[in-house]
Amino acid sequence: MAYEDERPLSPHLQVYRLPLTAVVSIIHRLTGLVIVLGAVLLIVVLFSVAAGPQSYATAQAALDSWIGRLLLIGLTLALYFHLCNGVRHLFWDIGYGFELETVDRTALATAVGALVLTSATWLLALL
Amino acid sequence: MAKFTLPANSVVKPGLKYAAPDGAKRVRQVTVYRYDPDTGENPRTDTYAVDMDTCGPMVLDALTKIKNETDAGLTFRRSCREGICGSCAMNIDGTNTLACTKALDDIKGDIRIFPLPHMPIVKDLVPDLTNFYAQHASIEPWIKTATATPPDRERLQSKGERGVLDGLYECIMCACCSTSCPSYWWNSDRYLGPAALLAAYRWIADSRDEATGERLDELQDPFKLYRCHTIMNCTKACPKSLNPAKAIAEIKKLLVQRRG
Repeated sequence: MAYEDERPLSPHLQVYRLPLTAVVSIIHRLTGLVIVLGAVLLIVVLFSVAAGPQSYATAQAALDSWIGRLLLIGLTLALYFHLCNGVRHLFWDIGYGFELETVDRTALATAVGALVLTSATWLLALL
Repeated sequence: MAKFTLPANSVVKPGLKYAAPDGAKRVRQVTVYRYDPDTGENPRTDTYAVDMDTCGPMVLDALTKIKNETDAGLTFRRSCREGICGSCAMNIDGTNTLACTKALDDIKGDIRIFPLPHMPIVKDLVPDLTNFYAQHASIEPWIKTATATPPDRERLQSKGERGVLDGLYECIMCACCSTSCPSYWWNSDRYLGPAALLAAYRWIADSRDEATGERLDELQDPFKLYRCHTIMNCTKACPKSLNPAKAIAEIKKLLVQRRG
């Protein structure tokens, strides 16, 4: 209806103070995207293996550079975050953990869990 | 597709400033979204300096005071002023809630009041709720039975069966939850939203209702139900402390369970 089209749309993202749970939800989506891009990276590395030792050496050098390391650490962090929050979603799917205090606590646990698992993984890898 | 910015006719411009009355000691700034359909101008935010020593404790009191004493044109819905009618739902201090049960003292800094988010605005703080009500009607919020009513009594429930409805039947349909939900913002044409889904579950869970299968059939849809991604804004916003997110999860569970 023309009349309704003329009505302004009230502000949404511009004014809403997103709670922690909403921020975690957004990060969950972004990390999902990052993981898919990471899978592409993995395929590139596999291609380099198939193409022979020389190309693999190039790929390895690239990933061993500081920028490659940073990329891999970021990827690990995204993977663990998505995993932890995925477990949170599994509990929700069976109907648990919907209380307001619980959702905030599990949101924090997701973030802390992702950081701890990432640190542990890289400490193990580099030591 | 989600559009994160406001359309050109909806961008909020800076508006007027109203000074506090002489001699006011405890003054707080109240910024309110204004839109006048008669001028065709973009919405704006007007700021009123309100004397807290002569103002009631709630946000609704401040709005009423502004309307009575400063700007009679300010338009908002209100009725019961005690959190049972749901008329004065609006976005206050970044969160949807009822103006009548939100204390001014609970807000730090300036008080910022906008209409319920991502809704077509009729005037000032009054959104058009036509679609919201149509969605409520679409879930057929009444008891549906196949068997004959007992001739000598009502359809009875045990205490336990009645107890299942606690936390579901108290919804006042203020729309705080649905208009807090980003999924609803982007897909309100096809996603029913937390309020309508809570109402749907209220009838699915009712031991006297005999149309559970049909009700679930209606909701088995990628958009009507499954745009819920458990963002939890709905439950966080609900001024009646209900849990629409949990009700939606229960519907999802029932849909899985009946697949066998």
